[in-house]
Amino acid sequence: MHIPNGFIDGPVSAGAGVIAVAGVAVGLRGARRELDERTAPLAGLVAAFVFAVQMLNFPVAGGTSGHLLGGTLAAILVGPYTGVLCVAVVLLMQGLFFADGGLTALGLNITIMGVVTVVVGYGLYRLTLGLLPARHSSVPIAAFVGALVSVPAAACVFTLFYAIGGTTDVSIGKVAGAMIGVHVLIGIGEAIITAATVSSVLAVRPDLVHGARGLARPLELRSAGETR
Amino acid sequence: MTRVRTRTLLIAGAVLALILAGFVSYYASQSPDGLEKVSADKGIDAKEQDHQLKDGPLADYNVKGVHNERLSGGLAGVIGVAATLVVGTGVFRLVRRRPSDAAPARPAHDAVDSGSGG
Repeated sequence: MHIPNGFIDGPVSAGAGVIAVAGVAVGLRGARRELDERTAPLAGLVAAFVFAVQMLNFPVAGGTSGHLLGGTLAAILVGPYTGVLCVAVVLLMQGLFFADGGLTALGLNITIMGVVTVVVGYGLYRLTLGLLPARHSSVPIAAFVGALVSVPAAACVFTLFYAIGGTTDVSIGKVAGAMIGVHVLIGIGEAIITAATVSSVLAVRPDLVHGARGLARPLELRSAGETR
Repeated sequence: MTRVRTRTLLIAGAVLALILAGFVSYYASQSPDGLEKVSADKGIDAKEQDHQLKDGPLADYNVKGVHNERLSGGLAGVIGVAATLVVGTGVFRLVRRRPSDAAPARPAHDAVDSGSGG
């Protein structure tokens, strides 16, 4: 969903740039509380993993493909503030070195694929988790729901930016319909990858999954005194 | 459940990311992604401009000068993963400890940051 140069006009791209800078600033501030000696390298790995999986376009209907956006995944694994930063780092690398995503559209891309996916995806993850039993087995279900909706949500925000500052004159209804339609399908892929990845980390190191903190662990043998 | 060490997890994750970007990416769908497809179908891309760095050495996930498609794309993926890992880890290490006290750290006790409620 990387927006190239020229889709959205200068003023709106600049406006999105301001939103992106604010989002990254909030991320930097909040990430301090999420990151410690152990989780900082994990967050770097999450960024690299998102970069790798974004290269893996999977086919959806009618000669169209999609790829992971990764905001929900990163937020669940390392925290929402750090999650925004992970996606921003990935988009920066892609824009600067791989000519993927226009440089004048970088603010748009960080806003849509970083901020929106994290806010919607992680928000919905938390909401869903709150409705399910407070145990680890609920985490992949909530991750699936959050990731699923985050992608069409990003498509909606793209459409919104297009409506305000699109450089071409295409009816907004058509853009919205086509964008949301295809991104609902891509969202299913996002949801599967997100749930599977979160489950894998949860299986081996539940303590490292930010979004699973405070949930009941599966029963395990412990020495006396460890009641935390 | 088997509990692996943090180090093991990090190494396994990095290796997996390198394999995905360096090898599996060759088999990824070549079809346009959702935005590209919709843009072309509806004409949103009529005023698209070239990327500023379209002639860069890694543009479009290919290493310039490497003509074998599989090798070129795989190498670009490996470079991208490695660079993202380095930059990301660097940023997150800096964020973790405030730039003002980046001086040699005292023995870390992982204490909860008390007081600074800002």
